[in-house]
Amino acid sequence: MTTSVRTAAPAGRTLSPARRFQNMLMGGLILLATLLVVAPLILIFFYLIREGLGAINLDFFTKVPAPEGETGGGLANAILGSVQMLAMASVIGVLVGVSGGIFLSEYPRHPLMPTVRMISDVLAGIPAIVMGLVVYSLIVLQFGFSGFAGSMALGFLMMPIVVRTTEEVLKLVPQTVREAGLALGLPKWLVTLRIVLPAAAGGIVTGVMLALARVAGEAAPLLFTAFGNSAINLDPSKPMSALPLEIYRGATSAYDENQRLAKAGALLLITLIFLTSLLARRASRRK
Amino acid sequence: MSEPTQSSPTRPPTPSALSSRSDRQFEILILALASVIVLVFVLSIYLLGSESWPALQRFGLEFFTQRTWNPVEGVFGAVAMITGTLVTSLVALAISVPLAIASALFVAEYAPKWLANPVGYLIELLAAVPSVVYGLWALFVIAPVLSRWEQGFFQDPARLALYTSCKNLWDSGSTTLQCFFVPSTFDGRGLALAIIILTVMILPYTASVARDVIRLVPQEQREAMYALGATKWEVISRAILPYARAGIMGGVILALGRALGETLAVAMVIGDSQDVLKSLFGGASTMASVIANQFGDAQEALHRSSVVTLGLTLFFLSVIVNYVARLIIARLTPKGIQ
Repeated sequence: MTTSVRTAAPAGRTLSPARRFQNMLMGGLILLATLLVVAPLILIFFYLIREGLGAINLDFFTKVPAPEGETGGGLANAILGSVQMLAMASVIGVLVGVSGGIFLSEYPRHPLMPTVRMISDVLAGIPAIVMGLVVYSLIVLQFGFSGFAGSMALGFLMMPIVVRTTEEVLKLVPQTVREAGLALGLPKWLVTLRIVLPAAAGGIVTGVMLALARVAGEAAPLLFTAFGNSAINLDPSKPMSALPLEIYRGATSAYDENQRLAKAGALLLITLIFLTSLLARRASRRK
Repeated sequence: MSEPTQSSPTRPPTPSALSSRSDRQFEILILALASVIVLVFVLSIYLLGSESWPALQRFGLEFFTQRTWNPVEGVFGAVAMITGTLVTSLVALAISVPLAIASALFVAEYAPKWLANPVGYLIELLAAVPSVVYGLWALFVIAPVLSRWEQGFFQDPARLALYTSCKNLWDSGSTTLQCFFVPSTFDGRGLALAIIILTVMILPYTASVARDVIRLVPQEQREAMYALGATKWEVISRAILPYARAGIMGGVILALGRALGETLAVAMVIGDSQDVLKSLFGGASTMASVIANQFGDAQEALHRSSVVTLGLTLFFLSVIVNYVARLIIARLTPKGIQ
């Protein structure tokens, strides 16, 4: 971007050594700082590959964690739990998030619009653990720990992310497309559902994937909602495990075997999250 | 509204009266679903408020000024968590901001395009790494290193004497500034490790906002400075950064919001202790870490209620911080980006 002007540095006069030195020093420091910023990501990834890859085998996907102190086992309970809860969370996240996005973008003159936008923005910054406390008081106090409660907490966390991306993508759909639909005599709701939404579908899917990648790694809101379960559980009204929960328990456990599973789980989780964000990014690039 | 003669197969026959009614219904449906967002927000305040009521009723504002947090005696004051939250967040912010701005400058100003994109992407991935994974890495990789340094440093007899005198002070319930830099435990966990991992975790938030606003600085701004014979650094420090300053501030506040609420990574490494700023290299706690570490085990109603009060405090703190950040970013998102 700056290549055209980069060579335009003083042509006639020579640069004083002090200024030249300062310029080079700051350039070097900026490069060094960038390396420092990127280093943890690379270190974490290679650490997890070194420590966790060995534990990823068939057992890892098909068995539940061995009792503390024994060897073997896998994280099947956590993988299944995560899949179930993320699917249920997406229902809340997509339904409310996309509707919210439609509301903000298609009804800009509605008196409630500024309130919804502000609250959605603010909700996006609420710590996940606090959302866990809210769902605990709302659901768990009466019905006990359950996969439903965990999904609800994750869904609430997804909502504002989906709202924001949906609104942004819908605004990219040209106004003329809407007018063309209305000119054909289509009512506004059909224009929105059949013309505007399909035109923005790619972007919305990207937003949902990014939101999923965000909440897939959350353990904090699940601590007091889904709680965890050392057995495979397909009943969402019972306590349910999740990958980040198992990683948390394993990493803070005193047993080598649990720690080993936690590292393998972390490797799996981080790989899935990176792939999802990579795919989402690719998709939005092409747009 | 005239009926067009040619109609597409998907187009349903909708007389205008019917369509205006269905429009109304659609609007109500969308509004109802969108209101769930508002509902969740209001419910959060109500539920957190009513759950923390017993503690607030019992301690009042003293909850925020009382230094003791003792579940056994049933005395709960949040000074340790509030200072722990503020110290970890602000110090992490102070370390991460220059690094984040430097990396944003690298991506936006220095790197050629083929390098800028992957580096920008790597920095964004830092934000995608789950909190537990950061915690796991800090616990298994950084904590042992810190622990070795702490032990090595205090093997020297003179320093050991310092440690012993601090230990006596701590046991008698007092401390000095010097003792703040003496480890109270030697396992690597504590305030310092929490600050290190928080620094890494909030880097990408400032970095990506800073990169975006730096890219928005008009090219003329740079060219004018180059035309005066400025070096690249002079262009950056005098033409680009001042122009982008306010936008970067928005990113910094956003990162602060993240730091305040960051939970599990901190809970795993901070060494859950409710002493008020006892030692940089020893146990401490933040509001979020206490919720994670104690809510599940809290038996007494008052203990639970006190933990929820921390959640309520955290809730309002993040609402304020995020609101201010959005305000700054919205004010500064100039012509051109939206």
